[in-house]
Amino acid sequence: MAGTKNRPLAPHLSVWKPGPAMVVSILHRISGDALALLGLPLLLWWLAALANGPEAYASLVSWVWAGDPASTAKTITSLAGKIVLVGLSWAFFEHLLSGLRHFVLDVGAGYELRINAIWSWMVMIGSILLTAAFWAAVLN
Amino acid sequence: MGEGTSIGKVRGTGSAHSGSHHWLLQRFTAIANLGLVGWLVASFALLPGFGFQTVHEWIVGPLPSIAIALLIVSTFWHARLGLQDLIEDYVHEVANKFACIAVLNLATFGGAGFGLLSIIRLALGGA
Repeated sequence: MAGTKNRPLAPHLSVWKPGPAMVVSILHRISGDALALLGLPLLLWWLAALANGPEAYASLVSWVWAGDPASTAKTITSLAGKIVLVGLSWAFFEHLLSGLRHFVLDVGAGYELRINAIWSWMVMIGSILLTAAFWAAVLN
Repeated sequence: MGEGTSIGKVRGTGSAHSGSHHWLLQRFTAIANLGLVGWLVASFALLPGFGFQTVHEWIVGPLPSIAIALLIVSTFWHARLGLQDLIEDYVHEVANKFACIAVLNLATFGGAGFGLLSIIRLALGGA
């Protein structure tokens, strides 16, 4: 890799006009990283707690969701846990819809500016609607 | 791959000499995730509750337990590929990049192994 450090940089990196395609691109990375770095560890905790029996499962639920009036720490973590779980469900739908958009782009379609912007908006609005529908189904 | 020599186009590997394999695997695991995580999220929405008994009774069934096992493989694989992209984009120093990708491999293989062990314990009723 010698000699690659002083390559010229593109001069226009900081003069982008923000657009929906740009936002949906960075959201794809953020949602994917959130799912990988927070979602997968939580999935493992949940499976291990299930495998370890009712007490381990009750402990997980009290830390992440239900809280415990006797524990200040669990009151805080259960509040954070609800925010994280809602956030992860949004990240899943965002990443899913954005991934479908990538499949369309992969076959060479959807590069027209107007179509591309419409798809990008559909991803962002659709992920919020699906998140709301998911929690409506879970909590009812 | 639009520019370049004819033999380069045939090999299809680009200037990094590899990458299309990574790119394809990212798509294959994405398709698997679409089905498997989609199934898991739909199951969460349809489960009557999240108490231990309800969830345990559901997950030890033959279909849910094998779907969870497959889901662990495809999500951890997909995450390994995606986080590798993240590291390659932001960690430029060669040794640091190597160390980050080594840690990433250990973490994702270890995590997937741990998850598979958990679902096997559940499916075989060892709990």
